[in-house]
Order: sequence, then C-alpha cells, then structure tokens
Amino acid sequence: MNAKKSDKIATGIIYGLVGIVVAILISLLGYILYNGVPDVNWHFLTSEAQSFSAGGGVRDQLFNSLYLLVLALIISLPIALGAGIYLSEYAKDNWVNDVIRTSIEVLSSLPSVVVGLFGYLLLVIQLNLGFSIMAGAIALTFFNLPLLTRNIEESLSSVPDLQREAGTSLGLSGWKTITKIILPMALPGILTGLILCSGRIFGEAAALIYTAGQSAPSVDYANWNPFTETSFLNPMRPAETLAVHIWKVNTESVTPDASVISSASSAVLIIVILIFNLGARYLGNKLFKKMTAAK
Amino acid sequence: MDDIQTRLQKSSRATRQDYFGKVICYSCIGLIILLVACILYFIASKGLATFTQNGVKFWNFLTQSDWKPGDVDKYGNPQVGALPMIVTSFSVTILAALLATPFAIGAAIFMTEIANKKGAKFLQPVIELLVGIPSVVYGFIGLSLIVPFIRGIFGGTGFGILSGTLVLFVMVLPTITSLSVDSLKSVPMHYRQASLALGATRWQTIYKVILKAAAPGLLTAVIFGMARAFGEALAVQMVIGNAVLMPKNLISPASTLTSKLTTEIGNTVMGTLPNNALWSLALVLLFMSLLFNLIVRFIGRRGNIKNER
Repeated sequence: MNAKKSDKIATGIIYGLVGIVVAILISLLGYILYNGVPDVNWHFLTSEAQSFSAGGGVRDQLFNSLYLLVLALIISLPIALGAGIYLSEYAKDNWVNDVIRTSIEVLSSLPSVVVGLFGYLLLVIQLNLGFSIMAGAIALTFFNLPLLTRNIEESLSSVPDLQREAGTSLGLSGWKTITKIILPMALPGILTGLILCSGRIFGEAAALIYTAGQSAPSVDYANWNPFTETSFLNPMRPAETLAVHIWKVNTESVTPDASVISSASSAVLIIVILIFNLGARYLGNKLFKKMTAAK
Repeated sequence: MDDIQTRLQKSSRATRQDYFGKVICYSCIGLIILLVACILYFIASKGLATFTQNGVKFWNFLTQSDWKPGDVDKYGNPQVGALPMIVTSFSVTILAALLATPFAIGAAIFMTEIANKKGAKFLQPVIELLVGIPSVVYGFIGLSLIVPFIRGIFGGTGFGILSGTLVLFVMVLPTITSLSVDSLKSVPMHYRQASLALGATRWQTIYKVILKAAAPGLLTAVIFGMARAFGEALAVQMVIGNAVLMPKNLISPASTLTSKLTTEIGNTVMGTLPNNALWSLALVLLFMSLLFNLIVRFIGRRGNIKNER
C-alpha cells in the first residue's frame, strides 16, 4: 500500500469518526431541546413542584439554583482572587509553591461526590448548619475554588510584564500596580472564566444532595427579611436545586409525570448554560475590544 | 528633628499598601491549602475507622464480595467486601475510556489538522458546551434512551455496566476531545512544515510526527477523562441498577463506588460500621483521584524531558 492510498484511507476513517461524534453530539442536544422545550412554559417556571400529582412546576428549584449560584460566587470570588493574585504575582518558583499548586490540582480533580460528602461531614454535622443553602453554597465554593483560582491566575499571568514594569517605574507600590493596572487588564479573561464556572455550579448536583438537601419547602416570595423562617432569602432553609430535582424525580419520587418534568428541567438547564457560554464569549470579546482598543 | 526622624523611619504608605495586599493574598492561599488538608484528613480518618475501630481487615475489604455491613458472617466477621463496587467502577471507567479515545482523538485531529476554519469554528463551541452539560442531564438521557435501548436488544432490565459505559462514553468524549485539541495545537507549526517539506503525506505527518510529539498530552487527556468517569456519581447511579453484586456480565445490574455512596450515605447512622464502611469507599475514590493526579504529573515530567533533548 503506498503512502497516497493510506493517506486517503486514514482521512476517510477520521471523517467517519468525526461524523459519528458530530451525530452523537447533535442528536444529544437535539433530543434534550426537542423533548424539553415544548413543556417549558410560564406555568412550569412559576408554579410549585408537586409530589404526588402531575402538572408541577419548578419555581422554587429554579430560584434555589440561582440563589445558591449567587451565594457561592460571593464566597468564592474574593478567595479565588486573592489566591490567583498570589500564584501569579507573589509565588516564587520553589518547593512550597510546588506543593500549593499540587494541592489546588488535587482539589480540582476530586470527584464532586467526595467534596459533597466532606461538606456534609464538616458543615451539616460538625458545624451544625443542617441541610441548608449556606452549607450548599460553601460546598459549591469548595468545588469551585480551584477552577476559579487557576482561571484568575492564567488571566493575570497573560498580562505582559511590560505593564508591571511601567507601574513600578511610575513609583506605584506593588499592590497598587496589581489592583489598578494588572487586574483591569486581566478582567475580560477573569469574567469569561467566572461565567463558565457559573455554568458548572448551576448544573452541579452530586455536591448538593447532602449539603443543600433534597427538599424544597414552600417559601414566601414577598418576605424580604432573610432572618425569618419563611423568607425566600433565608440561607438556613433546605433547598433543592434544579439539577437535584431532575435526579430526585427520576430515582426516588413518585410523581406521575417524572419524565416530562425532567425533560423540561433538562432543557431549562441546558438553555441557561448555553446562555452562560454565549454570554461569556460575547462579553469576553466585547470587553477585550473595549480595553485594548483593538478593532 | 525628632519629627523628621520618625517620618523617615516610618514605613511609607506604599510599603504599607504592599504589606496589606500581601497579607490578603497569603491568607487566601492559606485558606485553600487548609481546605485541601481538611478534606484529606477528614475523609482519611473516617475511612480508616472501618479498619481501626471496627476491626475489618483491609485485605478482606478489597477482596471479598459480600457487602452487608450490618451483618456478620459465620465466623463473626463483619461482611464488608467492596470488591464488586471496585470492579464495576474500574470496568465502566476503562470501557468508557477505551470507547471514547479513538473518537475523541479522531475528532481532535480533524479539528486541528484537517478541517478548514469553518469546520473547527463550528465544532469547538459545540464541544465546549457539551463539557458543561450537567451530569444529571446525561443520566436522564441514559435513563430515557440508553436503558430502554439495551433492554430492547439484550433483554433483562437494561440497567448495568453497559448502560453505565455508554453514558460515561458520551460524558467523557467532549472532555477528552477538548484536551486533545489543546495538546495537538501545542505541537509547533515547524514540525508540520518540516515533515511536509520532506514529502510526507498528511497522514504520515499526523501519524509519525504530530501524534508522537503530542503523545504525553493525549495520554493526559485520556487520564483526565478516566478520572472524570471514575468520580462521576449521579449519571452512573441513574443507569447502573444499584445492586451490590459481583458483575457477571455487562447487562446485569451492578453498583459503582460512587453510586453506592450517593444512595446509602443518607440511610446510615454516623459512627456505625455501615456508615464507616461507606466512608472507606469514599477513601478509595479519594485515593484513586490522587493516583490519577500522580500519573498525570509523571507523564508531564517525562514529556518535558523528551522535548528538552
């Protein structure tokens, strides 16, 4: 067999493999959207879930997911920012930082169920938070921190050293250089990473089953005081998220229309994550153009 | 005079700012390290309690196949044999990786070497989106598509290792593909130019030059995919059938380490043997995750040495 022929055959095989991959990917997305979207309507998004009868919605689950996402980001962003700045600006190349980088890698590759169980042990049992939004948000922080940190570090490191030298030569302190020059320049990258992390948090379920709990007590959306029991902002109430809800109705629940609920909820999840992805792309490009004056 | 002296000896505003910033950053990184240490310590101490407090022999835990942590066998030993879960976990992981690797590397070669800009521009976002799809959605699709499909072809319940493998295959495919693309892209352009200038065909260039240069990266991609498959809980739990039996074939219900953990940890009482035994399963997961990390580092180091020469 000569080289030309094997080139043709190999190319053909690769095309075949890619064709199968594309078919799988497209049919996957198509299946979720085709089956789910017709059932997503205003009633589904705004009514309470039903345990024993058909026709329930996902109002509370949807809100819980968003609320948990916001809380988790509020907790994890400052820590990740500090850690990212340390790794990119202060960390020298020695064994201590080697250990630090390795531990962050270990944390990022831990199975989410292990993180969830650790959250259950530490937050729910030892710290006595019970199944609560707070415990869930902190568990999501554990899960999110390494990724966000690495993303921030990468964005900061990609800022050219010229900028740091310029800051120093103007007589700025190192900290001022970082916060006023380096950070704004790295912002588009950081923001893109933040949005992508949000997508992951939004769909995470394994870390939440034993931290935020699997029940969604009905809450009062008119009560804005977070310290009262029935308020929707109360961080100490158990909260089932959308992803946990899909798992729950498929495994343990007796709801008669489980498949309708899960396909519609899956579609909602996918659409939200699609919006996050496209938003990250769009915002990253736009901010980059604005800040670097590149057309 | 004294005034000037104190002013000169006092640290400047810039120094104090620097100090302030450093304290913040060092405490943030300290917090993360503390967290990692806590996770390792808590899981290890809980997981080892089965062996230290409850007197289960470590070897029996790894090699016996009866999982009834509440009962004792005829010799009075607790029946904590995790072998079925370990075997199932490894089989779904390895089968899914074996199945996904050719497709993923094929797709990655297509995107970096063959496709024109349009094709790559179309595939890239789709694959990125699929990496981000929540695992419960994969589980739900497995439950509503793959399980009935397997049931229709092979009979039985449809739950089992085969269904788990197929779900994981679809899950790790985008992960391995996108990491492989990164690794193929990092092969310097002049390798390709040199090979083509020697008169090699495209396939010869890919096969003899690019794939060889990118081999450590590709291997890392596969291992990351395996780590993801091994640690995946809910998607697998939904399609594997959750029966703690030694898997006899690919279509009988089985149970992985992660699926056992998710279903049982809420039903046991803290501090008892059935609960501790579950933490031992979590410890096995943790250990495997560390091992995957170690392999990736090892490959990275080998790859570096090779490239430097």
